[in-house]
Amino acid sequence: MSDDHDDSPIAARVRELEAALEEKGLLDAQELDRALEAFTNRASPANGYRVVARAWTDEAFKARLLENANEALPELGLSMGGGLQVQRLLVVENTESVHNVIVCTLCSCYPLSLLGPSPTWYKSPAYRSKVVSHPREVLEQFGLTLPAGTEIRVWDANAETRYMVLPRRPEGTEHLSEEELAARVTRNGLIGTAAV
Amino acid sequence: MSERRTGELVRTSTVDPDHHTRLPHYARGKTGVVVGEDGVHPLADLSAQGVHRPQQVYLVRFTARELFGHGDHSVTLSLWEDYLSDE
Repeated sequence: MSDDHDDSPIAARVRELEAALEEKGLLDAQELDRALEAFTNRASPANGYRVVARAWTDEAFKARLLENANEALPELGLSMGGGLQVQRLLVVENTESVHNVIVCTLCSCYPLSLLGPSPTWYKSPAYRSKVVSHPREVLEQFGLTLPAGTEIRVWDANAETRYMVLPRRPEGTEHLSEEELAARVTRNGLIGTAAV
Repeated sequence: MSERRTGELVRTSTVDPDHHTRLPHYARGKTGVVVGEDGVHPLADLSAQGVHRPQQVYLVRFTARELFGHGDHSVTLSLWEDYLSDE
């Protein structure tokens, strides 16, 4: 916030608000910087990779994750908090017959605390408009060709809930440890624009 | 306000408001099925106008054919009760 000279009207308003709050002694600029830094340092796709690896190796955890992700995340020391509010997370599971992909068609809503900052293409009008109407073509552009019989479910994070895809565990990984499995997961795998 | 049930068919509003809304254009005036509840949240349309009115949100799934006239996938959105009517 402090060193970001974004010229958009909202950025200007935030700067003015921040300055006004500081002037009135309601906000300590250093405290704000520390809070933002702490949040962005914790917000990383590595969090999502750990969640997936645990789900692949622990069926009971996977069941809890799919049932209520917000209650399951603290088992790994994670949460959907850190921003203005705790957001609901829905984890959607890819199976042999179903492939999930996430988007926010209205802006660029994204589970920042679990996946880190979103990739540029996720925010692009092209991805946001086309993945809802032509997901199979979009996935092919990402190099992911799904069998004709696979059902594609697109999840539009248009309101308060955020989504993360639980990719299918790759074949031939039975011998890998949870840490090694986590290293196999990719950010696009968590969005649904790639298989793992 | 009656609680909607999973499996219930709903139709989305056709209104194109001149204020902020979180009912995307492509999902207006369409029929979908409730696949779950999505909590109670302040209606975004009113929040943007400074009015705090929490309301039930539902997860509603639409077929691509219903939304776009083609395709075999589905799209699921979170929709406030205000956006919905009985089908």
